[in-house]
Amino acid sequence: MKEIHDFTILERQQLGSRYFALVLGHGGCMQPVVPGQFVEVQVTGVREVMLRRPISVHDVNEEHGTLTLLIQIVGNGTRRLAELKVGDHLNVVYPLGHGFSTTIPARSKVLMVGGGAGIAPLLHLSKTLKANGMDCTILLGGRTAELIPVRTEFEPFGRVCIATDDGSLGHKGLVVEHPAFSENYDMIYTCGPTPMMKAVARSASKRGIRCEVSLENMMACGVGACLCCVTDTDEGHKCVCKEGPVFDISTLKKWYQC
Amino acid sequence: MLNVNIHNLKLKNPVMTASGTFGYGEEFADFVDLERLGGFIVKGTTGNHREGNPYPRMAETPSGMLNAVGLQNGGVEKFCKEVYHRIKHLDTNIIVNVSGSSIEEYCDVASQINELEKIPAIELNISCPNVKKGGMGFGTNPDMAAQVVSEVRKVYHKTLIVKLTPNVTSVVDIAKAVEDAGADCVSLINTMLGMAVDVERQRPYLSTITGGLSGPAVKPVAVRMVWQVAHAVQIPVIGLGGIASAADALEFLMVGAKAIQVGTANFIDPAITMKIVDGLEDYCNRHGIKDINDIIGII
Repeated sequence: MKEIHDFTILERQQLGSRYFALVLGHGGCMQPVVPGQFVEVQVTGVREVMLRRPISVHDVNEEHGTLTLLIQIVGNGTRRLAELKVGDHLNVVYPLGHGFSTTIPARSKVLMVGGGAGIAPLLHLSKTLKANGMDCTILLGGRTAELIPVRTEFEPFGRVCIATDDGSLGHKGLVVEHPAFSENYDMIYTCGPTPMMKAVARSASKRGIRCEVSLENMMACGVGACLCCVTDTDEGHKCVCKEGPVFDISTLKKWYQC
Repeated sequence: MLNVNIHNLKLKNPVMTASGTFGYGEEFADFVDLERLGGFIVKGTTGNHREGNPYPRMAETPSGMLNAVGLQNGGVEKFCKEVYHRIKHLDTNIIVNVSGSSIEEYCDVASQINELEKIPAIELNISCPNVKKGGMGFGTNPDMAAQVVSEVRKVYHKTLIVKLTPNVTSVVDIAKAVEDAGADCVSLINTMLGMAVDVERQRPYLSTITGGLSGPAVKPVAVRMVWQVAHAVQIPVIGLGGIASAADALEFLMVGAKAIQVGTANFIDPAITMKIVDGLEDYCNRHGIKDINDIIGII
């Protein structure tokens, strides 16, 4: 069930100049969040910002009743969110959208490919997949090492591989050029910049590997009512907020082939 | 205390939701007790399935947003066969927004909705700015508006609401024309035609270049137009445009709206309609108002 709640910011962590993480709780029981689902947060006090901002869930701690958001500063909305301090309140609508498939056969060999802010949902995903007994590889990419903010958090949940455009960390080049990318997998999950996800999807499709991508379109309502955030799938326009953000590439041929 | 009547419709309170901002109600069921609404207007429904306009269809602007969805919907048959049966049990007024690109299409959709027992009214959308054919084309000319309304009137026998566009020189002329043609009620305003440019990319934000502006930015224009129309026609008026609080709703009621619709505010707070109903109750209590009808049209 979706709900709207005032959360309190319990922790705030600055991660380089472009990213920060917020740990939120509301003292009560939280709704279960599937990896890949997102929240819509209200931004207050900025004249230009009226609509909520969709932010993917980075981590969930069911025991403590907290969720973590990893946020990239990109515009007026996220810049304002970056000013929030421990103890401040944040109004959140959650959990939203259709997440990643995690009920795949046990011991499957899975690859998660994240780029930039698209790394965010992969932590909750890798935790869940590891708990379900999968053999996980996490491949993270960015222009520079600073733009891959949370790589060490992934280490308990699988093999972590890094690709940077400038070679400041890991393999120099794109994620799809990393040797780990061309190994064989049962399933590939990806979230990040559109050109990266399209390259991952094209390769997965060519190699016959099942693949899910998490899309990020501009949104308003977040619940499938306004139809603003649609993506053009092989079955017509679908709402990224409700039928996505995670889609199986088998329905997105038009999207990744162009 | 909050009951109002619109033609044959009995509303528990004046709070409804605007077409295209509330899906089929189901999308908001986790946040809103749908039966506490005076009614809700479902998504614009056309003769056939429509894919709508290409992405990007939305741009945020100061205190508002532009949209260019372009009437994406599954078509009237899908509504009657599938959606209707999922929502018909709800004890509230479910009103279907009817759109089209020709008089024949409006009549076809209206006559099919006429057969649905639990739909007591339609809202005829002659004001959508985001479709190439029809839509606002019918709503900007009094003769065309009258023609579509009188044809639909022949095939639709329940409450006929006509939704008006603000993108005209004289909204009063259009309102009078549709009243004379047989409308039972008018609702206004639909979105205002607008445009926004992404200066970094040096192109418009919307794939369609122009789109419909909604949200608090349009509210004073909407209040003015509702006031003008409410004083010019005999039929009831439903007010909408930027309503985001009980105080906003009261402005519309005081200038003559019998009921109001909440639109864009549903995106910002999905439970806003319940807060507005509570706020109206609270206002009546604070001001010793026993019947909300006593303040409708006092200005």
